Amino acid sequence: MSNSLIHQTFKITKNENRPALLTYTVAGDNTKKKSLEILKSISNYADICELGFPHNTPIADGGQIQTSAYRAIKNGIKINDVFSIVAQFKKLKKNKPIILMGYYNMIYQYNENKFIKKCQKSKVDGLIVVDLPFPENKTFAKKCKKKNINFIQLISPTTSRTRLKQIIKNSHDMIYYISMLSTTGGKLKVSPKKILEEYSKIKKQNSSKNVVIGFGITEKTINSLKKADGLVVGSAICKEITNSIKKRQNTVTNVTNVVKRLKNKIL
Amino acid sequence: MKLKKKVSLIDQHDKYGFWGGKFGGSFIPETLKKPIEDLTVKFEKLRKDKKFIKKRDFYFQNYIGSPTSFVKLENLSSHLGGAQIWAKVVSEANGGAHKIYNATVHALICKSMGKKYIVGDTGAGYAGKMLSMAAKKFGLKCKIFMGAKDIRRQKPNCDAMRKNGAEIVPVYSGSQTLVDAVSECMRYWVSNCDNTHMCVGSTVGPNIFVKICGWSTAQISRELKNQLIKEFKKMPKKIKLINCVGGGSSAYGFWSEFIDYNKKQIELIGVEAGGPKNSKLHAAPLSRNAKIGILHGAASYVCQNNEGQIHETESISAGLDYPGVSPIHCFLKDTKRARYTFATDEEALNAYELVTKFEKLNPSLEPSHAFAEAIKIAPKLSEDTICIVNSCGDAKKDRDILKQRLGRNS
Repeated sequence: MSNSLIHQTFKITKNENRPALLTYTVAGDNTKKKSLEILKSISNYADICELGFPHNTPIADGGQIQTSAYRAIKNGIKINDVFSIVAQFKKLKKNKPIILMGYYNMIYQYNENKFIKKCQKSKVDGLIVVDLPFPENKTFAKKCKKKNINFIQLISPTTSRTRLKQIIKNSHDMIYYISMLSTTGGKLKVSPKKILEEYSKIKKQNSSKNVVIGFGITEKTINSLKKADGLVVGSAICKEITNSIKKRQNTVTNVTNVVKRLKNKIL
Repeated sequence: MKLKKKVSLIDQHDKYGFWGGKFGGSFIPETLKKPIEDLTVKFEKLRKDKKFIKKRDFYFQNYIGSPTSFVKLENLSSHLGGAQIWAKVVSEANGGAHKIYNATVHALICKSMGKKYIVGDTGAGYAGKMLSMAAKKFGLKCKIFMGAKDIRRQKPNCDAMRKNGAEIVPVYSGSQTLVDAVSECMRYWVSNCDNTHMCVGSTVGPNIFVKICGWSTAQISRELKNQLIKEFKKMPKKIKLINCVGGGSSAYGFWSEFIDYNKKQIELIGVEAGGPKNSKLHAAPLSRNAKIGILHGAASYVCQNNEGQIHETESISAGLDYPGVSPIHCFLKDTKRARYTFATDEEALNAYELVTKFEKLNPSLEPSHAFAEAIKIAPKLSEDTICIVNSCGDAKKDRDILKQRLGRNS
């Protein structure tokens, strides 16, 4: 998979001596059309775009992403709409990696094989499934790899050493390190130094893996973690969408400005 | 798919935690892998530890008050005709419901793991009330997650929780009922699993929580088995064990010792919440043929739409108002060992009225669903058939609903 779009993107950002910026938005937030517009606009600054397929019982998400997800579902987003958003986006920006992120029940109901096929067809580059941990995800990850889709393994501060080794061994091009014990959108309660120490433990096992850090990353904290291969910002963006809607302002402009500022902090 | 004999049902899962190859498992975020593995190791050790068992039995006897009584409902039986109706009055347990077994065991586990904080979810408020009691008893700090709608409709139990020093965290997301409370409790645990123990209030959630809860409530059927033999000299030939099913913890506890019996001798009947008579919404994934889905870390039959979004449920009984169900009950359904049906809100209320009219018993709305089924089938059965209902909760908590719906005080 070494020639995957995801891997190539990290190669570029490494050459530029900076971390990749990964954004997370929810497909269909607040409408199908709007979320595509947001995606198109922020991808001018983001290196990799994560797109959530919303679930109404998200056990690992905090308030901001929950709000976005409920809003999108209320406005009628369906899984096939998510795929069509990706396909339309990819027509315009074929070199920008897209990672779909969500909960396993949605994939299970759609049918695993059908879901992966559809990912391939709409040119999804990677998949994160929050509640399908290792080793339960082994078969699914293999199926993804066969279709050239990166299955992204997660590692957390509670992951034991033996598990860490196995997960890295079974990972593809990218690994997602969860910065702290928290749902998404929590306040960063661990020092950046400590987070980077844990991050180095993963890199030491296999330096060729691209490791990104997520959870608790905002305009305030992003600069302190820029040694990482990549940084994910999700809740801060969803929060901006909520605020813009409340203030009846242009969500696309406002969210793009947030992403622009985030990018400037890590250049 | 087949049931094994002489192996406790809670242990009949594969290495990934699935019963029958497809129900249960542990669909959890990576952060919870380690705490769940630690809990699993600890529990497996404790359940083999004679000292721990002795401690459990001590508290079951002296704190919970075992055994709860097993009585014949003479007046109701002769009014209905047909089968004899009996009740296992589990609501006599300290606190007024079966939830005390699971809560006590979790508090003991929490203590032996050296954790000082315990959190739990609650629907009807019994799981929360019992956890707050057990936490107080064993000196633990306790937080209870409860849907805002349930806080409004189950006030007596909320008062009890606060009196026991627990903090009630209201949950405003989604339908503001049990399903949202469980989600929020899991989120809290994800963020605080280093110093906090989580108690899941029923036989649902990731594999280990199903096991701990089932292991705890199994006390009910151990008692009943002895009581049956004492009462009838030997195991009667025709028994029906009727129990309400929300998550399914009281039903599993009521049945666990009897699963190996032939179903012609001992039939297991689970009664789910059918919701209001004229509503499309219900909380009956087993009897109304919901599809398998993943909810709160386990695969089970779940009320959901085609896309996998979890459906809102509706029931007069907060304790049964849950879109999923224990993987163990899915397994019992698919192996056809148990039969599942549902009772509507109205049927449960009628059953409550009839039972309280004839007997000195005050079953909460949850077991009133089970009584509705007993009342329905008893007249058609022979006199030597023993219908036993698990009267697993007391109606004190339902006083506001009963007053509103039946116009009288419970």
